[in-house]
Amino acid sequence: MAEAKMVNLTIEGRPVSVPEGTSILEAAKTAGILIPHYCYHPGLPVAGVCRMCLVEVEKAPKLAPSCATSVAEGQVVRVYTDRALKAREGVLEFLLINHPLDCPICDQSGECELQDYTFQEGRPDSRYRDPKRFNPVEDFGGDVLYVPNRCILCTRCVRFMDDVAHDTVLNVSERGDRALIGKFEGKDLTHPWAGNVVDLCPVGALLSKDFLNKSRAWELDRTASVCPSCTQGCNVMLEVREGTVTRIKPRPNEDVNKFFICDYGRLNYRWINRTDRAETPHVRTDGQLRSIDWDVAVHAAAALLRDTRAFVLASPFLSNETLHLLSQVMRRNSGAGAFRVATGAEAPLAGVEDLALRRDRAANVRGAELFGFERSERPLEKMRDGDVLVVADDDLDGITPEEIARASQLIVISTTVPDVAQDAAVLLPITNFAEEEGTFTNLRGRVQRFMQAKPAPGFARPSWLVLGDLLGALGAQDSFYLPADVFANIAKTHSAFSGLSYDKLGMRGLPVLNGQASTGTPDFAGIGAGSGGAR
Amino acid sequence: MGYPHPSHARETPILSQHFGEPEARTLHGWTGRGGYQALEKALSMAQADIVNIVKESGLRGRGGAGFPTGMKWSFMKPGDGKPHYLCCNADESEPGTFKDREIMRWTPHALIEGCAIAAWAMGAETTYIYIRGEFTEPLYWMERAIREAYDAGILGANAMGSGKRLDVHVHKGAGAYICGEETALMESLEGRRGNPRIKPPFPAVSGVFSQPTTINNVETLAAVPQILMKGAAWYKEMSLSNPKSTGTKLYSVCGNVQRPGTYEVVMGFPFGEFLHDVCGGAVGRKKLKAVIPGGASVPIQTMTEAEATLMDYEGFVAQGSMLGSGGVIVIDEDQSMVRVIARLARFFAHESCGQCTQCREGTAWTTKILERIRDGQGTMEDLDTLLDTADNMTGTTICVLSDSCAVPVISGIKKFRSEFEALIQGRRVHSVLTQVA
Amino acid sequence: MGGLESPDLASHDAAAHERAPHVPVFAGDVRKELDELLTRYPNKMAALLPTLWIVQRERGWVSEDSMAEVAEVLELTPAYVKGVVTFYTMYHQHPVTKYFIQVCTTSPCGICGAEDVVKALLRETRAGELGVPSPDGRYTVIEVECLGACGFATPIMINDEFIESVTPDKVPDILKGLA
Repeated sequence: MAEAKMVNLTIEGRPVSVPEGTSILEAAKTAGILIPHYCYHPGLPVAGVCRMCLVEVEKAPKLAPSCATSVAEGQVVRVYTDRALKAREGVLEFLLINHPLDCPICDQSGECELQDYTFQEGRPDSRYRDPKRFNPVEDFGGDVLYVPNRCILCTRCVRFMDDVAHDTVLNVSERGDRALIGKFEGKDLTHPWAGNVVDLCPVGALLSKDFLNKSRAWELDRTASVCPSCTQGCNVMLEVREGTVTRIKPRPNEDVNKFFICDYGRLNYRWINRTDRAETPHVRTDGQLRSIDWDVAVHAAAALLRDTRAFVLASPFLSNETLHLLSQVMRRNSGAGAFRVATGAEAPLAGVEDLALRRDRAANVRGAELFGFERSERPLEKMRDGDVLVVADDDLDGITPEEIARASQLIVISTTVPDVAQDAAVLLPITNFAEEEGTFTNLRGRVQRFMQAKPAPGFARPSWLVLGDLLGALGAQDSFYLPADVFANIAKTHSAFSGLSYDKLGMRGLPVLNGQASTGTPDFAGIGAGSGGAR
Repeated sequence: MGYPHPSHARETPILSQHFGEPEARTLHGWTGRGGYQALEKALSMAQADIVNIVKESGLRGRGGAGFPTGMKWSFMKPGDGKPHYLCCNADESEPGTFKDREIMRWTPHALIEGCAIAAWAMGAETTYIYIRGEFTEPLYWMERAIREAYDAGILGANAMGSGKRLDVHVHKGAGAYICGEETALMESLEGRRGNPRIKPPFPAVSGVFSQPTTINNVETLAAVPQILMKGAAWYKEMSLSNPKSTGTKLYSVCGNVQRPGTYEVVMGFPFGEFLHDVCGGAVGRKKLKAVIPGGASVPIQTMTEAEATLMDYEGFVAQGSMLGSGGVIVIDEDQSMVRVIARLARFFAHESCGQCTQCREGTAWTTKILERIRDGQGTMEDLDTLLDTADNMTGTTICVLSDSCAVPVISGIKKFRSEFEALIQGRRVHSVLTQVA
Repeated sequence: MGGLESPDLASHDAAAHERAPHVPVFAGDVRKELDELLTRYPNKMAALLPTLWIVQRERGWVSEDSMAEVAEVLELTPAYVKGVVTFYTMYHQHPVTKYFIQVCTTSPCGICGAEDVVKALLRETRAGELGVPSPDGRYTVIEVECLGACGFATPIMINDEFIESVTPDKVPDILKGLA
């Protein structure tokens, strides 16, 4: 693709150079100026209707909507002139005359663009003396509630359903000041990506029923993460209130999920907060599992693994780091590993290329494959009689005691205690992805970091740390003090990851390049095959 | 003919010469009056030559904006490989305006002929005449005339035997003033809500169905056959004022006037004489108080301003208003300006498409304040709020409906402030009409 | 020109209409009419307004079922169609009385006595109130914005019939002419 022609202009006195066709609003962002706006959203077609983003362009007779005005060479843009400020103050006043100002009971409060811009540029008072418009709250179906009184008719939701989801279930009904967002009786917002309209809504007009009245926005701690619910690897924020994940929001990533996540991923968070967790290490003594300190437990596990072939049943929800260390355990013991993954129907977001809720409903299927685990519906099939079975966070659902009994010993490294784990020799409690740091590899071979969002339960430790200690107890030379150390080890031993580090991955991740397999490492050739390049 | 009255001697009836003649509505009657000779001539001419004649005539858009028609046509590039469209704006909805209605119900073939000539000149095979849904009578006559034209081979795959395809279809609106705004008209024609579009792109680049499109008013197109037959010089000479405003203009006159109706005078005609002589002045012994000369969207004139006006694009501007659509609303001393303006604001609030904030909220708020003042519940602060709100509604939205609502408010408060103050302070300067039912 | 009478509506109860199974509008000759209409436009969506007009002509109003049918024949969604229907004031979203009377009361007619015409109509039809059907279920009177016949104040529309220069004293005769 040819390099776009660059256009030079001045915004609030700052020189800006952006590709031809860029809007003034986007150009201003590069100069560190956020021009207030409502209807504009970078993931949607431009509507230009809220008129909040009006700025002054030298030599233009009228104020220009910066979202809908392209930059021009030599253009001089002023955002904070009296005229522009008055126009925007006017828009805010108009938006507020019929707004209920029920911020104290509104879920959007604290993350409301109407609040934010009113504080920045609005009037301190209102001149409106007449009755306000009233329309009743409407259940839009799916996870969405519509509160029309708060609606500012920015139409982001309508444009999302129309132009991105390609499922026109929302409309603008009526006209003038009677206008409101409408839908057709019996046709609900049940599209698998419909929940994004709640994120897109700049005010509290579209609310998540799931999140309704659960928390004030300012009570939430937000942590960058990756959605674990399928192999797409959508970037998300885990929003945590007092140690409990309360909602999941999309985190923009141009290369993976743009600005969106699906409803399945969005609402599939309750398992993260499970309270029936494995919290203390256990070792079987005198025929009974007894809690014991970490050192003893790790060494007990190491003792079992020292001279016996290991078979690892891993969860595809585990990080690259943990799977890498598990694969080292496997290799050291000339063992093998397998994993299984739940599946469901694929649900693409029609308007965005290569974005879908994927069939495979786990984050790191690709990583599990890369690190040498074999995908199988009957994952214990290849276990040899007498192997030490290491269950790494597989819930063992549907696996019979008889199958497990083929193993000589059972080591459970897990977030929860499956029923059959009562037969385990050693139980090592680990944290789940929200309680530790690590990386996932998505279906296109993109490696992405996630951060710790909530504290570990009890004495549970990060899975990479537990495996690192186990390998140490088995005599490995490397020590890992941070997950970054494990990743560095991956980069050293796997050519596909060569040159990568947490710093280089940043918070948006990078595709693992097609690399030649080097001896002694699993075959990485073909990573990214079929991904069509960059991803 | 100044329908529904006989033509006044000082009129120059060109477009209106056959108003009131039932036979002129039929193809037979129309060809008997020289109809379709201009189209025949046009079809034998080079497209650029037609555009040049229209350019030279000085014809400007009669819908309200006054953009030079020939120049507008020249933006269209026949032969660029894209389908071109001509849209005729027959959504006449500007309060005070009803001239296009007369053209369509008395001389439908004049409009078809104008459309056909313009379509050929701009390489448009398809013309849509967008007629407001309430115009049942014009719709009937236009559809009938189009059928006649098709049956006679004037329209169709081989228009008048020229080998050129010219299709003309009527598209019936469904009750939305805003669809008279050209980009809203295109949206409506495409089967959408009538929301005006952001410009650019301009219609000549990407109009209806994203193809090059020109939108012309009924009166503009109806003038084209005349210009083509009688020449640009003839048309250009019809001006009493200045060379920027040429030809004749139809004025719809309504309100408190002796002889309401449609009148046709040359550009530059003195407005005072027009009101008092041609239209017969006030009803009875009443005195006139104000005039809205170009449809509800233009500033209100005092009689002093009106009487000093020369009726052309520049002349109305020089006297504090605009020519607009030529819808002259005459207001006499019995009327409450507050009531008139409040009712206009209600009109704009009702007709706002609602997409831009200032218009959606501002028109409704303006209406509420004005009606409060009208009902004696206003405050002096309300006047300041009205003016400031009107300022915020001006020049800030996609189309000018918001501005249009602000116009009568600003000009009304400026020129008739005492009436507002009297109602606020409990005094009444004029007799007030009966209460609304 | 269109007749004065809209199609007879046995039931004015919208809910009852909705419960009854929808009989398609676009069948037989009406379907043919639609097919001819579609040839006038480069895509199906553009035919939406005229298609809705056909529905209203055939059924007297545009029900939700009809909107869904229109959506199907024009390959749109029902929500989209409803958004368009509700934008335009002339599509009836509910069944209307036999005579639907619209009176222009915008300023040009307002200063010529339109309000008195409204009052006369409300009185003579016994409707009493704007938008409320008369006790005999025959008439509804509403105020509308500019009908574009300001020189013929006050214009009214009874169904599709446009009547110019109505004054209060003409109202009884106009109503008599309907019976």
